[in-house]
Amino acid sequence: MKSPDVPKIRIRGLHKAFGDKHVLRGLDLDVGSGESVVVIGGSGTGKSVLLKCILGLLEPDAGTIEVDGQNVVGLRGEEQDAVMRKFGMLFQNAALFDSLPVWENVAFGLIQGEGMQRALAKQIALEKLAAVGLGADVAELGPAELSGGMRKRVGLARAIATEPEIIFFDEPTTGLDPIMGDVINDLIVKCVHELGATALSITHDMASARKIAHRIAMLFEGKIIWAGPVAEVDCSGNDHVDQFINGRAEGPIRMAVEPL
Amino acid sequence: MPLLQPIGRTFLFFLAATGRVTIFSLTSIFSCFRAPLYPRLILRQMIEIGYYSLPVVGLTAIFTGMVLALQSYTGFARFSAESAIPNVVVVSITRELGPVLAGLMVAGRIGAAMAAEIGTMRVTEQIDALSTLATNPYKYLIAPRLIAGLTMLPLLVLVADIIGVFGGYVVSVYKLGFNPSNYLTNTIDFMEAQDVISGLVKASVFGFLVTLMGCYHGFYSRGGAQGVGAATTNAVVSASILILSFNYIITEAFFAR
Repeated sequence: MKSPDVPKIRIRGLHKAFGDKHVLRGLDLDVGSGESVVVIGGSGTGKSVLLKCILGLLEPDAGTIEVDGQNVVGLRGEEQDAVMRKFGMLFQNAALFDSLPVWENVAFGLIQGEGMQRALAKQIALEKLAAVGLGADVAELGPAELSGGMRKRVGLARAIATEPEIIFFDEPTTGLDPIMGDVINDLIVKCVHELGATALSITHDMASARKIAHRIAMLFEGKIIWAGPVAEVDCSGNDHVDQFINGRAEGPIRMAVEPL
Repeated sequence: MPLLQPIGRTFLFFLAATGRVTIFSLTSIFSCFRAPLYPRLILRQMIEIGYYSLPVVGLTAIFTGMVLALQSYTGFARFSAESAIPNVVVVSITRELGPVLAGLMVAGRIGAAMAAEIGTMRVTEQIDALSTLATNPYKYLIAPRLIAGLTMLPLLVLVADIIGVFGGYVVSVYKLGFNPSNYLTNTIDFMEAQDVISGLVKASVFGFLVTLMGCYHGFYSRGGAQGVGAATTNAVVSASILILSFNYIITEAFFAR
């Protein structure tokens, strides 16, 4: 029996390097059950690497990642598949399968992951598409026929189709106009709330972060340098956080820009 | 010392690549024998590799058979050995030209397409998405292609053998004035089961190599469109070189005295 004190995701001392580039340098992070945490940070700070390490797509060099108290680092085969069934993920560019129609993209986890009959899976896929504001006419289209906003919504429908316990959102509003970005934010909040899921998102979009997060954590130089409730992000007392959320070029975070 | 550095770096790169190919191959082969298999995907790949490659392999075979008969005639006529043409055509086609040319054509058509498709899936995170949907990419993407390549290329080569021999027959009978009945009798009398079997074994191995190289280079492609382009080129080049190398090894195993 899982203790109520055990966070849904607990990360301790996570290290990951690519050659001599040390991306994560002892990262610690807890995500509570039913909580929505947004990790913010500049480009190339390792936000996507963090998600990929949790999902087992990258092998960390050191550290532990616990999901429901179980260390998932180095899991293979059936054990990894069992953990994966707890997750849903919305990729930055949706990562829809080009060779499948929209409904089969949404139903993929149900058909392949859970072995559900295709007819039943299609019915659920249509319900999930309706939940993200897409009609049955979209279901038979190919991903290449969709706009950016529609692709994100199909990606969201796919992420929630198996009703996962944990959902990851990788830059959910990148590449969208502000109105469509807000539509996606609302859908994320609604879907996560309805499923009672735990959410971990990464973004640079502060409007998005403020809308979908219960708690915000800032990643800088491979570590979480500040974490706190979303209401406290404007008075964090951390210069790095202040510079980032206000989008200032001047401050402790320096970009390597060569003079013209 | 600066002279040794590139040599050492190249050697290390070669070792790393060999290790990566070996691990990829073993993982892929094991995936072919473990559930879940995907019959629908295997069938789709069989149609793609077998059925849709028929025109290009058939055309290659018929022109090869026709040229072979013509070239043999110009050479053999000097020694009054024209009657050996049916024998030369059938042995050359079944043992060597059928499997090698079909393998190379399929490498160009299928190996390149596989590398491009899987490579695009890699750089657009579709392979990562498969993993997050509790689906093993080796079983879903690689195993169906390997099984289809392994089984379809022998069938293609069987068809290529028949069409190639027919090409030789057409030129010999309608251009060089051979007696049709004698030509066919000579062909059947001279052909041995081992000629065809060795060709089919080669075809299976080539089918495996072509699909393996296509999948491997696609699976490890990096860096967007340029990476996918490089993966496609590497898949065709490595598959072609492996086909020619393994052709020698299998020929040695079957026919060396």
